[in-house]
Amino acid sequence: MIGRDHLDAGAGRGARRRVSDGGALEGTGKGQHRLEALPLVAGQAAADHRLDGRAQLGRQLQGRVVDAAELEDEHHAHTVQKHASDNERENRGRQVPPARAAHEHRQQTDDEAERHKRMREFKLIVADLKTPVQRYMPGEHDASLDQGKAFQEHFGATHYSFDHKGVHFAVIDNVSDPQAAIGDAQIDWLLSDLKPLPSDAPIVVFTHRPLFDLAPQWDWATKDGSKAIDLLQHWKNVTVFYGHIHQEHHFKTGAIAHHAAQSLIFPLPAPLSQPKRAPVPWDPAHPRRGLGFREISVDESRVVFTLKEDSLEGTAAVQPAAAIGTY
Amino acid sequence: MRRLHWILGPAFAAVLATMPVANVKAQEKVIQVTAERFKFTPSVIELKLGEPVILELTTLDRKHGFQVSDLNIDETVEPGKVTHIRIVPAKAGTFLFHCTVFCGSGHEDMAGEIVVKP
Repeated sequence: MIGRDHLDAGAGRGARRRVSDGGALEGTGKGQHRLEALPLVAGQAAADHRLDGRAQLGRQLQGRVVDAAELEDEHHAHTVQKHASDNERENRGRQVPPARAAHEHRQQTDDEAERHKRMREFKLIVADLKTPVQRYMPGEHDASLDQGKAFQEHFGATHYSFDHKGVHFAVIDNVSDPQAAIGDAQIDWLLSDLKPLPSDAPIVVFTHRPLFDLAPQWDWATKDGSKAIDLLQHWKNVTVFYGHIHQEHHFKTGAIAHHAAQSLIFPLPAPLSQPKRAPVPWDPAHPRRGLGFREISVDESRVVFTLKEDSLEGTAAVQPAAAIGTY
Repeated sequence: MRRLHWILGPAFAAVLATMPVANVKAQEKVIQVTAERFKFTPSVIELKLGEPVILELTTLDRKHGFQVSDLNIDETVEPGKVTHIRIVPAKAGTFLFHCTVFCGSGHEDMAGEIVVKP
């Protein structure tokens, strides 16, 4: 999963992010900061999480997050490309719908050279986005086979943190270890990173796999995710955006809210709703069904999120914050 | 040095062990399971309620994992080694298992099920 953090200055005064299979923020609001983030979770074999951003104009913050771009193959790349173009309101005539082959066969690669090639292509694709600051986060197909070496070469560190407009962001890598562990070294880093923050600091965590045991039977968990959760519980305002499961999902562990959004490629079934975690069957009449991204509004407090799910099919459903809780 | 874990789940009582085949009790049924990218063979393991069995796991290519979350079984299968898992089915039903060591494109499909019949 490749992530690109897109935090864009905006004229609005609300906070809004946009997330796909992980999260995205884009926002407007009165008397508030505007935050827009665009993470592309272009998982498997090339890119998964994308956050890319820029900040200007003092307190104003705008960003978008698009998750699960899934650059497994050329079709996936086009999907990301289309989404990137859509988000920039630019149609460069390269928009193609997800292909059946990509959907059903998930044309991923274990070839190192090909993985590098796709990562380079992904960087060219997202270069269209008008965002000067970009941050990325890997998925298991990007990093698990080589412990993140190729990813780091193209996109930098697989775990890191940064501050933006009063929010502390931490990116946790739970995919470079092929057994889906965060590892004690990274847990120690997270502790040292968060330790200086006051207990009420607004903290947003990006990670690929769910930190909690969503469906261990389907490998939808992080082996030592409980360690991260136990650590994060010491802060009151923590929101986690993750990918991996290619669908919208909301869950709370104590005070911590965990959100997954739809992906940009092959939707997966609801947890344990069928014997195997095979993708939702391809429907040629609705090639984009189940695909989408999320917009997130953040209020002035930086701790209240309103999530809005956007479908690539063109339908949008606004979820009142009350329907999914206040984060 | 033999490694031994006791796992007592609601559905099974299982002993996980990495040990020489000679240490497996002669009277217990042994089921050989091979792991390779991206499948287990057999992918469906049928057991009888209350009848102890030993799963004998080997890999044909690289390191894999073998996890049955519902039974608290989580083992790795290393090249050149044999992993034994003793299971005493205590409940009928179907229990999913999958590889937990990312092994490439198709890893998600590397799964199977243990079916315990009355």
